[in-house]
Amino acid sequence: MSTNVVTFTIDGVEVKSAPDKTIIQAADDAGIYIPRLCYLKDLPPGGHCRVCTVKVNGRPVNSCTYPVAEGIVVENDTEELNSFRRNIIEMLFVEGNHFCPSCEVAGKCELQALAYRLGLLTPQMPYLYAQKELDATHPDVYLDRNRCVLCGRCVRASIHLDKKNVFGFENRGINMRISVNSNDGLKDTDLTKDDKAMSVCPTGCLVVKRQGYLTPVGKRLYDKKPIGSEIETKTVKS
Amino acid sequence: MSTKTTGRKIVINPVTRVEGHGKVTILLDEKGNVQQTRFHIIEFRGFERFVQGRFYWEAPTIVQRLCGICPVSHHLCAAKATDVIVGAKTLTPTAEKMRRLMHYGQTLQSHALHFFHLCSPDLLFGFDAPVEQRNVIGVIKADPETAKKAVLLRKYGQEIIKATAGKKVHGTGAIPGGINKNLSIEERDVFLKDIDTILEWSIEAMELCKKIVKEKLEFFLKFGAFDSNHLSIVRKDGCLDLYDGLLRAKTADGKIIFDMVKPEDYLDYIAEEVRPWSYMKFPFIRSLGKEKGWYRVGPLARINNCDFIDTPLAEKERQELMSLTGGKPINASMAYHWTRMIEMLHSAEKIKDLLNDPDLQGTNLITQGTKQKRGVAWIEAPRGTLFHHYEINDNDQIVLANLIVSTTNNNEPMNQVVNVLAKDYLQGKSEITEGLLNTIEVGIRAYDPCLSCATHALGQMPLQVQIMNHEGKVVNELIRG
Ligand code: SF4
Ligand code: SF4
Ligand code: FES
Repeated sequence: MSTNVVTFTIDGVEVKSAPDKTIIQAADDAGIYIPRLCYLKDLPPGGHCRVCTVKVNGRPVNSCTYPVAEGIVVENDTEELNSFRRNIIEMLFVEGNHFCPSCEVAGKCELQALAYRLGLLTPQMPYLYAQKELDATHPDVYLDRNRCVLCGRCVRASIHLDKKNVFGFENRGINMRISVNSNDGLKDTDLTKDDKAMSVCPTGCLVVKRQGYLTPVGKRLYDKKPIGSEIETKTVKS
Repeated sequence: MSTKTTGRKIVINPVTRVEGHGKVTILLDEKGNVQQTRFHIIEFRGFERFVQGRFYWEAPTIVQRLCGICPVSHHLCAAKATDVIVGAKTLTPTAEKMRRLMHYGQTLQSHALHFFHLCSPDLLFGFDAPVEQRNVIGVIKADPETAKKAVLLRKYGQEIIKATAGKKVHGTGAIPGGINKNLSIEERDVFLKDIDTILEWSIEAMELCKKIVKEKLEFFLKFGAFDSNHLSIVRKDGCLDLYDGLLRAKTADGKIIFDMVKPEDYLDYIAEEVRPWSYMKFPFIRSLGKEKGWYRVGPLARINNCDFIDTPLAEKERQELMSLTGGKPINASMAYHWTRMIEMLHSAEKIKDLLNDPDLQGTNLITQGTKQKRGVAWIEAPRGTLFHHYEINDNDQIVLANLIVSTTNNNEPMNQVVNVLAKDYLQGKSEITEGLLNTIEVGIRAYDPCLSCATHALGQMPLQVQIMNHEGKVVNELIRG
């Protein structure tokens, strides 16, 4: 056996991968979808959301941060794990203020698409109706914290891709919120609408202004195919 | 007047509460004379607050949730107001025509629903007919062919909405400055295939309505009739236009009160009165004042106000109707049904014209200009003139929203119809029969108010009827439901 290939299984399917990959990377390459929210291919993993949780040899781990290893047995698409993921998504819904039918990113929103894929139709948990701030000060973009899932993608994208430092987290626990690098809102940061950070938000929180509803219903990203199908339809690498 | 009058209060109170509900109270004195009538509409007005702070491009999608019954009208009216905000003075032909198609589809399905499901049981079976018969099921049993056509007419309208707005309810098609899709050849051909049948059925509906009304013409012209002003938009040349135009108001006998008023000036002409007992405001024409300035809106007002209709079949029908009064406005409540059918026919004719117009396949969808801080627009919703007014700040957020919806515009006329009918039918009677209560409902229903209670077929509406004395004590109660 060559040292630069490891072999393991995901839900019984044999997967081969370079040894320096995480489980989610290896799964993506093999055309197996592991649900995720804070992970994005071009960014270092954040490990915040736990939607990507899989079981490795029976123990739950984040597949976006956990490295592959020879012979491990990974469980992914099981009812137990999916119901756990559903709970996380449900909590994110009730913690924020989400009105999908009138939201401008509906149909291309990863949170909404995950809810559909995992079969979460109406949250059963009580809504928190928390007061969240909308930062509309920037001429070209807005930050609507009502829809923020604290995935941190914007934080990482601004640092690693834009070489800026526009976003950060502040406070802890239920009070945690996304903050911006200025006292007067987004308008006083060096964010521009062309920043990479502007294209990473999985929800309708960090959005370019005046672009809403341009894509008709039926043609939006997840109108025809569920989230994850872009990975599942990839040709499996040998 | 003595404060000691022993009054009885009759309350007609639908129990269902979904979108908003209505309640009728009729206060009788000791002798059973009608003292006072009120039609209360509990309507959710929170939306004007709800959109505050939201972005103007969200308005067309958010505000349509105001009404589960005619969301397309709100969607289009808000989009028209945001056209003003983005400085789109003239839309591209494709955008304008796609929106018109959406609007005519909506009018077709809404008028079909109202005529066949809600009012035809009233008209066909009479107001005193047994409850089991006087509902849409009764219509289906009596005339299954007509009932089937009604369902398909509605469906056709809904499919048009879907093809233009993206969804049958709460679509996103109209956006500031235009539309987000055109009509593909494939989509067009599906509609073209059936449009002649739709047109034929609209003619049949027109004939059916006329036949019923003409059989008892005297009765229908008198039932719930009262003089009023009439308000609607008309095209610049005076033609009926349901999608766009300038505001015109006429008196009961046809004198112009004002004409060619632009949307941005609406506040100079229309004001709204708040009455302590009602959640819904009472709009009136400023120059005439609160007492005399109230008006009717909707199909009757539109047909009364326009000089002509630009589609031949509907125009012929308009002329026939107007000949009843020598061209003067008609002030009979039941004429709403007749005029509604003229508009349904007009919508079908318009849809046919549009489907044959290659502009619908155009690809130039959006216009932009210099941004404005204020956008006011109107549209003729199926139930009447609808006003949307928004103001935004430098960050594109809505800071003010004012909507006057069709049912609000018809608030006083609906109160009037209750009053007239109570006087005509309840006067002097000591027993309140279902038939008498139904009579009042039939009167209100002619205005097609967008209340959840109005969408229930007559006879199926759960009702709570209370008779109260002047001390508010319930002396008699009738619950139906
Ligand atoms: S951000 Fe996503 S989940 Fe939230 S309201 Fe919009 S579409 Fe729905
Ligand atoms: S703004 Fe968007 S990208 Fe940033 S943390 Fe919130 S949800 Fe994630
Ligand atoms: S995707 Fe792995 S923790 Fe969020």
